[in-house]
Amino acid sequence: MALLDRTARSWLLSELVAGMALTLKTMFKPPVTLNYPYEKGPLSPRFRGEHALRRYPNGEERCIACKLCEAVCPALAITIEAEPREDGSRRTTRYDIDMTKCIYCGFCQEACPVDAIVEGPNFEFAVETREELFYDKERLLANGDRWEPQLAKNLELDAPYR
Amino acid sequence: MAEFWTGYALPTVITVAQILAIVVPLLLAVAYYTYAERKVLAWAQLRKGPNVVGPFGLLQPIADAVKLLMKETVIPSGANRIVFVAAPMLTFVLALIAWAVIPFDVGLVLADINVGILYLFAISSLGVYGVIMAGWASNSKYAFLGALRSAAQMVSYEVSIGFVIVCVLLLAGSLNLTQIVVAQDRGWGFLGWNWLPLLPMFVVFLVSMLAETNRAPFDLPEGESELVAGFFVEYSSMSFALFFLGEYANMLLMSGMTAVLFLGGWLPPVDVAPFTWIPGPVWFALKIALVAFLFLWVRATFPRYRYDQLMRLGWKVFLPLSLFWLVLTAGVLVAMGWLPE
Repeated sequence: MALLDRTARSWLLSELVAGMALTLKTMFKPPVTLNYPYEKGPLSPRFRGEHALRRYPNGEERCIACKLCEAVCPALAITIEAEPREDGSRRTTRYDIDMTKCIYCGFCQEACPVDAIVEGPNFEFAVETREELFYDKERLLANGDRWEPQLAKNLELDAPYR
Repeated sequence: MAEFWTGYALPTVITVAQILAIVVPLLLAVAYYTYAERKVLAWAQLRKGPNVVGPFGLLQPIADAVKLLMKETVIPSGANRIVFVAAPMLTFVLALIAWAVIPFDVGLVLADINVGILYLFAISSLGVYGVIMAGWASNSKYAFLGALRSAAQMVSYEVSIGFVIVCVLLLAGSLNLTQIVVAQDRGWGFLGWNWLPLLPMFVVFLVSMLAETNRAPFDLPEGESELVAGFFVEYSSMSFALFFLGEYANMLLMSGMTAVLFLGGWLPPVDVAPFTWIPGPVWFALKIALVAFLFLWVRATFPRYRYDQLMRLGWKVFLPLSLFWLVLTAGVLVAMGWLPE
């Protein structure tokens, strides 16, 4: 009887028809696609995107050239040179990140004692030449100015967990 | 001179106009069939499909065509140039010329020849040459293996397609496609069309038609996972586009054949007022669209066959089944005295 049942099922293509019914049903379900350039998914406050150098509210740059980030960077992507400024404070004269080396591990922002270098929510910084990905201090500070509201909010949201 | 114009030039112009009237809508249909395929597959996979170029992505096929035209035609140094270039043209031309005998309505056919179905069968069998030539001329192992698979597969399934067609011929009593459609007008609407009396053969035909056009789940000749792209792996630009268009034109042709042989061609599904007002070519196009959708639906559903399974299905299942059904059909027709004139 089992044999008869199996044979009948295979000759009536029952499994093929069941499969096709399933795909037909699926065709009428709403798509789950996020229509990317027009719609974007949610990002965690911990998202590690493009780097930025932040400033204090009075406009003074936070980075004190301790070079902890440079030391901790596993990809050796950060290069810092520093000397005392005229007013005697210790600041960087050069702060470069090679974005082609960076692995976005976030160690630099973990290491930073003054929350100067951070990885922001921006992940759409594709460029057409390799050279454009060698970020210098100016570029990083500009990023900081551009994303500061977001960066500050993300730091605040993540603060209770660290 | 007058005789030249009326006897030669005018008929030529009319024929060319008729050809254009078939080929231009056909090519448009082929272009939008690729779009339909991407949309249907997207829906089946809960995606959106092309939706950026033009409203609902409707200009996507045109963008694709322009992109392919702009590309460089690469001819591999080891290739046999003449055969390499001729193969895609052959595939494409064969996919087009078969439409000459497809009837769109009573009398609305380019060439109303008495051996229409044989012509159709011959043309669709010749399709294997384009594949073989492409695979051989490319001088590449993937292309060659793809071509070998394709040849064996198409030949195997042509056999059962042949027997299925003979069953249809027995019911119609004619090789003329118009006659075959007219014979399906049994007065019971869509229940009288050949698909119901010949139901097992209808299924055999649908499956064989997938194998004949190298479509999923029988797309072993282009099996991406093992043969990269199969027989057209070395092709680029317009020569690739010709293969691509040829494949889709073939799918539409097979859909047209199904519509003519089994789904009553231009006949309305129910023989009452609102349905009979709609002109025949519209019904025919709708039936082609239905079968064409089936191609995409099957592709969205089934995984690829293994090669030995493919051969087993063709030779050990379909061939005996269609032979048996042919004998049965003929026997019933003779026993009941239903043989057509």
